[in-house]
Amino acid sequence: MSSSPAISAPAETRWVRLGNFWSDFKQSPVAVAALIVIVSVVLMAVLAPLVAPQDPYNQQTLDLFDARLEPGEVGSGGYVHWLGTDAAGRDVYSAILYGLRTSLIVGVMAGTFALVLGATVGLIAAYYGGRIEAIIMRVIDLQLSLPAILLALVLVAMLGQGLPQLVTALVAAQYAYFARTTHGAASAERRKDYIEAALSTPLPARQVLFRHLLPNALPPLIVVATVQVANSIALEATLSFLGLGLPLTQPSLGSLISNGFQFLLSGRYWISIYPGIALMLTVVAINLVGDQVRHVLNPRRSR
Amino acid sequence: MSEPVLRVKDLRTQFHTRAGILKAVDGVSFEVGRGRILGLVGESGSGKSVTGYSILGLIEAPGEVAGGQVLLNGQDLTKLKGEAIRRVRGAQVAMVFQDPMMTLNPVLKIGTQMIAAVRAHDRVSRKVAWTRARDALAKVGIPSPEERLDAYPHQLSGGMRQRVAIAIALLHNPAVIIADEPTTALDVSIQGQILAEVRRLADETGTAFVWVTHDLAVVSSLADDICVMYAGRVVETGAAADVIAAPRHPYTAGLLASVPAEHEPGTRLPQVPGSTPSLANLPPGCAFAPRCFRAGPACTTTPPVQDFGDGRTALCHYPIETDKCQPLSSTSTTYRSAS
Amino acid sequence: MIGFLIQRILQALLVIIAMSIIVFLGVYAIGNPIDVMIDPASDQALREALIHRYGLDRPLIEQYFIFMNNMLHGDLGESFIYRLPVLSLIWSRFPATLELALTAMMIATCLGIPLGLWAGYKPDSLSARAIMAFSVLGFSVPTFWVGLLLIMMFAVELGWLPSGGRGPVTNVLGMPLSITSLEGWSYIILPAFNLALFKLGLLIRLTRAGTIEVMSSDYVRFARAQGLSESKVVGLHVLKNISIPIVTVFGLELGSTLAFAVVTETVFNWPGMGKLIIDSITVLDRPVMVAYLILVVFLFVVINLVVDLIYGQLDPRIRVKAAS
Repeated sequence: MSSSPAISAPAETRWVRLGNFWSDFKQSPVAVAALIVIVSVVLMAVLAPLVAPQDPYNQQTLDLFDARLEPGEVGSGGYVHWLGTDAAGRDVYSAILYGLRTSLIVGVMAGTFALVLGATVGLIAAYYGGRIEAIIMRVIDLQLSLPAILLALVLVAMLGQGLPQLVTALVAAQYAYFARTTHGAASAERRKDYIEAALSTPLPARQVLFRHLLPNALPPLIVVATVQVANSIALEATLSFLGLGLPLTQPSLGSLISNGFQFLLSGRYWISIYPGIALMLTVVAINLVGDQVRHVLNPRRSR
Repeated sequence: MSEPVLRVKDLRTQFHTRAGILKAVDGVSFEVGRGRILGLVGESGSGKSVTGYSILGLIEAPGEVAGGQVLLNGQDLTKLKGEAIRRVRGAQVAMVFQDPMMTLNPVLKIGTQMIAAVRAHDRVSRKVAWTRARDALAKVGIPSPEERLDAYPHQLSGGMRQRVAIAIALLHNPAVIIADEPTTALDVSIQGQILAEVRRLADETGTAFVWVTHDLAVVSSLADDICVMYAGRVVETGAAADVIAAPRHPYTAGLLASVPAEHEPGTRLPQVPGSTPSLANLPPGCAFAPRCFRAGPACTTTPPVQDFGDGRTALCHYPIETDKCQPLSSTSTTYRSAS
Repeated sequence: MIGFLIQRILQALLVIIAMSIIVFLGVYAIGNPIDVMIDPASDQALREALIHRYGLDRPLIEQYFIFMNNMLHGDLGESFIYRLPVLSLIWSRFPATLELALTAMMIATCLGIPLGLWAGYKPDSLSARAIMAFSVLGFSVPTFWVGLLLIMMFAVELGWLPSGGRGPVTNVLGMPLSITSLEGWSYIILPAFNLALFKLGLLIRLTRAGTIEVMSSDYVRFARAQGLSESKVVGLHVLKNISIPIVTVFGLELGSTLAFAVVTETVFNWPGMGKLIIDSITVLDRPVMVAYLILVVFLFVVINLVVDLIYGQLDPRIRVKAAS
């Protein structure tokens, strides 16, 4: 009987669903290419110490004699600087690999914390309803009406610089998106009769929360999470570029670009441009994948 | 019958899909005379609405009119493109849709939409267009039409909106109005009022109607002629009274038996067993054969058009003979036992 | 209608007060600004005189009330760095930012709506796909990075346009503007286009989605069946229907454009409010930070209010709800 609701999906159908998801996902060659870019970027970042020709933050390996070499030149290390070197003689390629690491760590950490915080707040609002819901959602709406960059700016100004402060600022600026998404999906479900029925039984509240409300909010949350990781990376890069993000001792792609900005006008484009291309590829690839995931998960899409 | 205003000949409309070519309309022919009402009857998926859209060239990709003719006073509409067909739409052939909640733009005033409709064909001032819109509303029995022109669609009831849609269709005194299930979404009492109004308009203005519906009860009280469709083909035609009194095609008989008014209360309503076949997966020969209580060995081949005279035809190997026709109640018994 | 208006204005006031408390406390929680202002070697007496002068020795609550009281009298304090009243400092930078933001919005609208209409009208065409790819780039690639590319392309490589700064200005109604001269345009066009990109991407998507939805609606089918021409269908039905979300977004985005100007102004060295706030944050010039943030919040609240009211005017369904 197709009309009777399944109590819980057996593992088998879950695999089938995942298979369906993948076959829908790969309909778009652009999205598949973007996914490949993301996987290689992550691999390169994780394996940076093994892949990079140089540890760019070990002062001993740096030689000022190598400063501002053009792409393709051979430095005193005896290897080719394919993407050139910066003003301190750092190999730009190595710096990008390490910078990617920082950017990805910041993006994923901020995205994850914002997801957990936002989903919790959204679920609480949807579950309790009434005045609690009204107050929480009012605050969320207000926060959403302010641009994330502004909030992040204020918080970075308040908290100072450094990785934990930066992540905190990003989470505070972005959790509201998750909260609203969760609340939207969960409160639509909350109004359905079967939740009322479940609540009238002596089931513990968390069972309702985690068995019914949360799963229904998951598909849109996944989409928001993908896009927010990209946004976190971009926002972090922006803050670092403005000189309010990470210090150059712990550089992200944003600080690398900022570092090379002053040389751009004198024609030494590579110090800024290559980290920028890495940033752009990463952010656009994540967004493209997010777009396709949204498209595949969209319940209104004709099957 | 006088010379027909609209004559549809062997119309074929196809949709190109991943599953292959779907023949939504497969060789449909019928004609309507001046001031007459043709009931185009069928279940959902029978191709009756697509037929309506095909007449006006409103089929969009991946669909296309693949063959046949739509002759309006002798002119073939399927040959017209762009501006030429636009000049026909609304002026010579107008259309009314099923859901009155959806056919008017919610953010534009009724007056704005009607004035646009007037000025689509006649270069008149807004003032003249407004007057004509008001008169059209009055003609379909809408009280205080000036106020309605200044209202938004959501301020009107469903029945009132459908009257507005009919008034828009009447603006240019078209030769033909195609009405696609226009009363299905309405209350029965309002439906009755609108049907009476349409009958009056057809008689007074001479406009011919093609009334697309799945509801035989509507057709029996409104239409002059009937054209029954099944899986993209016309399976039976004839004068409305004749077809309803003595259907020739088993499918028509089945539809008639499932009309509640014809049935004894308290017993289960007979229905045609099975459901409309998917157009992508039609059986060879007669598409109705798998659901038919009269089906025989010949039904795996394409059935012939049997002509009984007086415009009565049936697409069937084993049509029900008039003189041997079983009473409806026993026909329905056959259906029930088959299910 | 009046009741609705009063309710919304009260709400807006509440928001501004709440934000002023948060911003004030938040910003004043940062380290001692006196250290920034004076030579560390100067003597204790001077330090204390300064602390007293700026009221920093009083309890925070008292400082807040003094601040609010002054604010209501149009006094937002004095910059620690510039030694100027904050309000006139920000005000002097305001025309540059406003000019930049409005030019950016204009570019976004003039390009975004036609492109979005086309992409929605022929969604499967090659050009529509190209437009959509462009819009993805527009709002996923960080603004500052596009700014760098623009500078490299048009200022360094081609040498067509200046790489930054504002160029000559003329006074229009007491506001110094650069869009009045051709040379002024050569300075504003790159930053304005840079700032416009994000909105452009957003506007294209919004317009396209709206157009697709309206074009597949029954009422467009009905309008076509009435013989309305395609240009009339798009001009009457599509434009009117998408105008509602677009006006909303346009209004809301005006505020965020002012905020995003922070980035563009830094990249292009544009002397607006955004550049001022970044400079103030790096040197901990608290009065400027607080005043800027409160002003931006105020702007946001006012814009939201106006958008709400316009929205009600555009959508008859909302208007009925508000009236009943």
